[in-house]
Amino acid sequence: MAEFTLPKNSKVQKGKHFPAPAGASKVRTFKVYRWNPDDGQNPRVDSYDVDMASCGPMVLDALIKIKNEIDPTLTFRRSCREGICGSCAMNIDGTNTLACTKAVGDCSAKDVPVYPLPAMSVVKDLVPDLTHFYAQYASIKPWIRTQTAPPPDAERLQSKDDRAKLDGLYECILCACCSTSCPSYWWNGDRYLGPAVLLQAYRWIIDSRDEDTGARLDDLEDPFRLYRCHTILNCARTCPKGLNPAKAIAEIKKLMVLRQGA
Amino acid sequence: MSKHLRTPLKTVRGLGSARGGTHHFTMQRITAVALVPLSLWFVWIALSLVHLDYAGARMLIAHPVHAVLMVAFVISVFWHAQLGLQVVIEDYVHAPGLEIAFQLAVKFLCVLGAVACVLAIARIALGS
Repeated sequence: MAEFTLPKNSKVQKGKHFPAPAGASKVRTFKVYRWNPDDGQNPRVDSYDVDMASCGPMVLDALIKIKNEIDPTLTFRRSCREGICGSCAMNIDGTNTLACTKAVGDCSAKDVPVYPLPAMSVVKDLVPDLTHFYAQYASIKPWIRTQTAPPPDAERLQSKDDRAKLDGLYECILCACCSTSCPSYWWNGDRYLGPAVLLQAYRWIIDSRDEDTGARLDDLEDPFRLYRCHTILNCARTCPKGLNPAKAIAEIKKLMVLRQGA
Repeated sequence: MSKHLRTPLKTVRGLGSARGGTHHFTMQRITAVALVPLSLWFVWIALSLVHLDYAGARMLIAHPVHAVLMVAFVISVFWHAQLGLQVVIEDYVHAPGLEIAFQLAVKFLCVLGAVACVLAIARIALGS
């Protein structure tokens, strides 16, 4: 059955409080989910008072400041700090987003809650285990598949109109914000591919240069892989890149109906 | 432990694509579209029946147009309900035996409900 409560060893407990240094002028508190696989303890929420007067504007700036100056044990992923690598995807202020592009000033909660991506196994603190998510991405064979050999002296060409069909798809950075915001993915993520992977699948289905469109549709035509999407639209609401995975999924479903002769 | 030794891709690819689901998807939408006008008609006839006595109500339902629409409405409702409940059970009930029991119960109850309604309408329409 779907689980609606956390197991006993996952119940979140109250953690430590790290007060701001004396003389701090613009204090903002961050309530950060902490879990260490090695100490046998339940997860807890530590609160850190950060002086925003000496901190960058983004939530990632605050997390880096906490790690550098307050608590070096805090663990999170980050790399590009400009919204293109997707490493720092986490649940901030109740919404999945990228810590590097989420301004602290845009968080509505007084004490900003920072949690790992929902419904994923946690590796440590804010680091989720994305192994299954990446395997799902690999399963759609996200590369060009053709029978025709490429022209010996040129690239595979594409009209401007066909290229435009990839807009709104190629921008996806696979941060997993959408998939982990999707209730259908929470309950059936073992078999449902989820919005991110389906958007990526559509990116290849609609690519005018790819010749394996039918096989790609065959692989998706499944009550769970594709049709677990119930157009809840959390994916479109949460996407930090402003994309619409739900629309891509709807387009795949349209193609499924279209090829039946409708 | 044996699961630990399998690759993540082996788990994801599982038993492969079922090559299905599109028929379910289209039937759900077709019955939904049919139910838009049929439901409006049903609300209208239900309100009309409120003001009639027993004989008048039977007369109204017995009219061929209303009898046909009522049968169409009943079939669409139970068909659509069966399709929708099937998805709800697939979504939330993951205990193997229980899931099959629920799926069977929903299908049987929906078919019985539809057959019973159609028989009732037929008896009224044919005056027996």
